[in-house]
Amino acid sequence: MRLIKKLVSMARRRSPWLFHLNTGGCNGCDIEFSACLAPRYDVEQAGILLVGSPRHADILCVTGPVTRGTRAALETIYAQMPEPKVVVALGNCPATCDVFAGSPAIEGPLDRILPVDVYVPGCPPRPHDLIKGVAQAVAILADQQPRDRRIIEGVNQ
Amino acid sequence: MSWEKVFFALLIFPGLLYAVPTAWLMLWLERKFRARMQGRIGPPFYQPFFDFVKLMAKRRVLRPSFDSIFMMGLPLVSVSAGLLALALLPISSDSRGFAGDLVLLVAFLEVPSLCSVLAGFASRSIFGQVGATREAILSITYNLPFLTAIVALAYSAQSLRLVDIAASPAGGVRALAVLTICLCLPVKLRINPFSVSNAEQEIYSGPATEFSGPQLAMWELAHGLEWVALTGLVVCLGLTFRTGTWIGDFAIYTSLSLVLVILLTILATGTARLKIQQAARFYWRWGMGLSLVALILGVFPDIERFIR
Repeated sequence: MRLIKKLVSMARRRSPWLFHLNTGGCNGCDIEFSACLAPRYDVEQAGILLVGSPRHADILCVTGPVTRGTRAALETIYAQMPEPKVVVALGNCPATCDVFAGSPAIEGPLDRILPVDVYVPGCPPRPHDLIKGVAQAVAILADQQPRDRRIIEGVNQ
Repeated sequence: MSWEKVFFALLIFPGLLYAVPTAWLMLWLERKFRARMQGRIGPPFYQPFFDFVKLMAKRRVLRPSFDSIFMMGLPLVSVSAGLLALALLPISSDSRGFAGDLVLLVAFLEVPSLCSVLAGFASRSIFGQVGATREAILSITYNLPFLTAIVALAYSAQSLRLVDIAASPAGGVRALAVLTICLCLPVKLRINPFSVSNAEQEIYSGPATEFSGPQLAMWELAHGLEWVALTGLVVCLGLTFRTGTWIGDFAIYTSLSLVLVILLTILATGTARLKIQQAARFYWRWGMGLSLVALILGVFPDIERFIR
């Protein structure tokens, strides 16, 4: 049983599949995100794949402050992902709403709506930081790094 | 065929014990070669194995009971059809087969495609339904030349036994028929330029869009087994000699299948996706043309002798 647990943890560490969602950001973070998949950073070396369906994904990468129009889609997509799953907030927008803070059209920041596991600050963050953030998320997936207690108890929501 | 031989073929070689690692190896080779051709480094060789373990360990999504029976059953049927197809291949020179095993093999090779059509509709996702429709249309277009080529092979060997076809003398009919089957490989494996049914930029993963966790793992495995079975079919039918020893046959069969995988990957990486009309036109013009010539040569062997 312990061997199987170890194998599963190893597998989760080595094959994280990402689903990427823009919730009304300026597209800056998304361009940096796609740079990770291109030859220079090539995250497929670490087994990271970008998948098109939330049903296949392990990690939800969210960019943008959550606007009114995208909130329902965000919640549906989060609910569609099978457990275990981890949420990564890419850039300043999902963390603090950045320059959009205070706008009546914004429902963010992201942690009002979903439990966020990893924050990657920057406007936009560099691809290195992004990869570092995904690596942290992967450690949480593989149970090697404890989750923030507040997230487990649901205080964030 | 004795029972021990049947079990050996199903469970050890070329069945479960050989086919599953080879399926993972082929899936890795495809991804690795694609990455290298795009100037990337690509995943390590254990990647498909860990993907499989990870997907198996994901928690299940709750669905209405009837849907969940379909969604778990279809990928399992697809995997078992792949294994059964593999068990029928006449790889070593001492395999005997039985009368009509060619028909059974063709049926088993068609099951994954059929399952994927059903799965697309069973998942009730719009992307799955579009993917399933495309898969169904494509299956009509490629099966016409594919089946004509198989009929030509069977007619020229005057037998429906795979062993007899593999042992028949090399000639124009066999070369043309195997070439037609090779032409049908990319569309049967759903890779570029014929990746119409799982076009990831248009309809996500097509029929597999709604599948998650263990079900998706089974689809991946079924896809890997399709690679093993189809490349194996081409090698078995195209190879005109057997070494006589078990080890020699095994080595030649495996290495030629891997070479075929690399060639198909180069084709897939070097081309862009065609529209469904273009794919259909290609198969009905070139595939049908080639296989009809093979069939005519097979029915009237005098023509080939006359040309020689």
